[in-house]
Amino acid sequence: MSSTTQDDPAPSAAQDPEHCTRPTTTGTHRLPPADGRTIEEIRAQRAARNARVSSTVITLGVVSLLTDISSESVAAVLPLYLTTALGMTTLAYGFVDGLMQGASALVRIAGGWAADRGDHPKWVAFVGYGLSALTRAGLLLTTGFVAITSLVAIDRVGKGMRTSPRDAMIAASSNPTNLGRSFGVHRMLDTVGAAVGPLLAFVVLWLLPDGYHTVFVISFGCAVIGLAVLGLMVPDLRPRQASWLSTHQTRAERKLPSCKGCTCSDGAVPTLTERPFSWRFLTEPALRRVLVVAGVLALLTVGDGFVYLSLQARDGFATTWFPLLYVGTNIAYMLLAIPVGRLADKVGRAKVFVWSHAMLAGAYACAAVGGASASTTIAALVLLGAFYAGTDGVLAAVVGQRTAPAVRASAIGTAQTVVAVARMGASSAFGVLWYTLGRQPAIVCVALALAVALPLCWVVLRGIDRPVTPTPGSDEVAPVR
Amino acid sequence: MRRLPPRTTALVAIVLVVALGVGGYVWWAVRNHRSAASAAPSVASTSLDPVLAGPHILFRNTLPGSQYGLVAAVPLDDPTGPRAFTDVACDRLYHAGAYTSCLRTVRGVATTFEADLLDSSWKPVQTWPLPGIPSRTRLSDDGTLVATTAFVTGHSYAQVGFSTETKIHGTDGTDLGDLEQWTFLVDGAPFTAADRNFWGVSFIDDDDFYVSAASQSAGKTWIATGKISTRTISTLREGGECPSVSPDRSKVAYKKVQRVQDGQKVWAYAVLDVPTDTETLYPVTEGCDDQIEWLDDSTILYGMPRSDQPGTTDVWSVDITTPGAKPRLFLEGAWSPSVVRSGS
Repeated sequence: MSSTTQDDPAPSAAQDPEHCTRPTTTGTHRLPPADGRTIEEIRAQRAARNARVSSTVITLGVVSLLTDISSESVAAVLPLYLTTALGMTTLAYGFVDGLMQGASALVRIAGGWAADRGDHPKWVAFVGYGLSALTRAGLLLTTGFVAITSLVAIDRVGKGMRTSPRDAMIAASSNPTNLGRSFGVHRMLDTVGAAVGPLLAFVVLWLLPDGYHTVFVISFGCAVIGLAVLGLMVPDLRPRQASWLSTHQTRAERKLPSCKGCTCSDGAVPTLTERPFSWRFLTEPALRRVLVVAGVLALLTVGDGFVYLSLQARDGFATTWFPLLYVGTNIAYMLLAIPVGRLADKVGRAKVFVWSHAMLAGAYACAAVGGASASTTIAALVLLGAFYAGTDGVLAAVVGQRTAPAVRASAIGTAQTVVAVARMGASSAFGVLWYTLGRQPAIVCVALALAVALPLCWVVLRGIDRPVTPTPGSDEVAPVR
Repeated sequence: MRRLPPRTTALVAIVLVVALGVGGYVWWAVRNHRSAASAAPSVASTSLDPVLAGPHILFRNTLPGSQYGLVAAVPLDDPTGPRAFTDVACDRLYHAGAYTSCLRTVRGVATTFEADLLDSSWKPVQTWPLPGIPSRTRLSDDGTLVATTAFVTGHSYAQVGFSTETKIHGTDGTDLGDLEQWTFLVDGAPFTAADRNFWGVSFIDDDDFYVSAASQSAGKTWIATGKISTRTISTLREGGECPSVSPDRSKVAYKKVQRVQDGQKVWAYAVLDVPTDTETLYPVTEGCDDQIEWLDDSTILYGMPRSDQPGTTDVWSVDITTPGAKPRLFLEGAWSPSVVRSGS
């Protein structure tokens, strides 16, 4: 655990006033190359790609792991708890849950904005994780339907709030060349929690048939430890300040007294930014292209539930395991997150993001036309896992690499909101298609639409992956004056 | 040894406190569970065979203790008397002819759900997987047909909305399929939307049954009748869910939405007199959510969860022939009653 206290040098140097007097020369080589890369730089980049993932990313992954154990263990038993223990119908719960997914999507932008605005993403994420932890305690105290659905709502809000600040912290503490792998490592740890949570909950209910409260207590404990790891072990990254310091390397630029022996206190790191937060990053054409493509592809992502239902309609294996099919998807996602992240770093993140949707089309094909057998079901789950591995963290990496640190959380939050809202719209629209055309034709339709959209989206995003273009407005690559 | 940084020390302290707290709670819960399981039965029990030999009621016992969740039986003429316990656990059950249909949760590292058809020695003769939490089950009177309804649950079911799967099997193993695949007639005309949901079958004979039907796109629920020989379901009345036909086949009882409170539907039971097509509502049953079982042609039975005791339920009875009759507590700590009028 002690290694997690040593965060990467750049942000902590920014925090520590004693580093103000450091000669600029030591700082320059840490900057990514500007134009025209030399062989040495390319070689260095390759080395960086294989370098260790930042300890901050690992710590954030551990936080997510604990929090996902907490939330997924509760989510797995909540329908059972409501129906068997409290004697309610699951109908209204499903409705409220769907509604709250929407609320969560919108909170993501707000969370990103708060993180950028205050330049303390850690504490915005902390509030988000804290809200979710509180709802676990609430579950122990209440049995009313309204109370429980409100707790589910608060949990969703917390989840929405923490996601984009956390992803911005991953981007800020990672080397730009292995950003995909960093997100892969984080998502792998996150998904371990998502796979362990339900199984843990079911083991508890197996040993204690009415042990719902025991599940809630364990869930609360995991959430509290996750919160403590975040609060105590994750450095308070200041992405905007760090980028300001890296672009204002000389004392004069930093408007500090020029004498070297002076302490920093009299100049006292004045405003530390020239540009306050602004939504103007949304006008950047490259980012817009990413948002449009992500939105279009999300409109063709109809929700795993339909894939599972369609598999279940024909296959006895899928019926037996129906309530647990999502755990299978999570296991595939968990195993593929890091390899796919590495691949994204190597061949291009936008490329991997777009072509991962081919996996989704494959999963649809399995659901629609595959024979009724266990292997079709397993293939569909693996493809869905590969789809998540190639989209969730990779999209955050694509957006993270295209945006300046000062607006990164908002940009990632915006992208995630676009995707979440488009997917929700897709699910409801697809519901109508499913009911009017029938299961199989509806899924075939969407698979075909994806197959048509993929090449077009790839054409739109081509070139986005070229890592160092002079234009992208990233403070990191701005030349030192 | 190097001193740990204060933050690490704080984290270790928090982890220790939480681990001790959670561990303590789990230990307490396991001990409670063990002592409850080894404690003397919370209700007087008797041996099974004499009870099953005469007319009796089978139900899921929900009194806390070692017999929680087990199928129990009481004589029909002495429902509050000693209970006879089987060693079979079911979430929902029904008995007719030589068979008991038992919908159960298969607990384990991976929890799944299944429908078991049990013979007279309580051994499964058929097993079918269920896609989610068990909801309803019924057998035809002679025990040749079994209907099962389960929720379609899973992580992503919220995206898809409320869904149930209702299937009818022959107890000889024949599969009559998922009712959603059958022809569905609304007021005599074929219903085209694939968005249809059926649940809560109640058999009239070995060809005809009542069932509830719903369509989200039409925003309606119906009481419908199904015919196995033609694989057709036709709506009978709009409104109403979970029909249950009386032993003399002259009445159908079902639940009807009274109002919506805090996003939850509030139901009460209604009884339809089939020959005269007149519906009588029983507002005293408000808050119910169960498929009715008929004690006799004038008394209905239904389960209700205890609001202050999660997991414990009671079976109530209402006399439908006496105007203004109040629900009476019929079986304490019981769920899913099945009246067996002739013993084995």
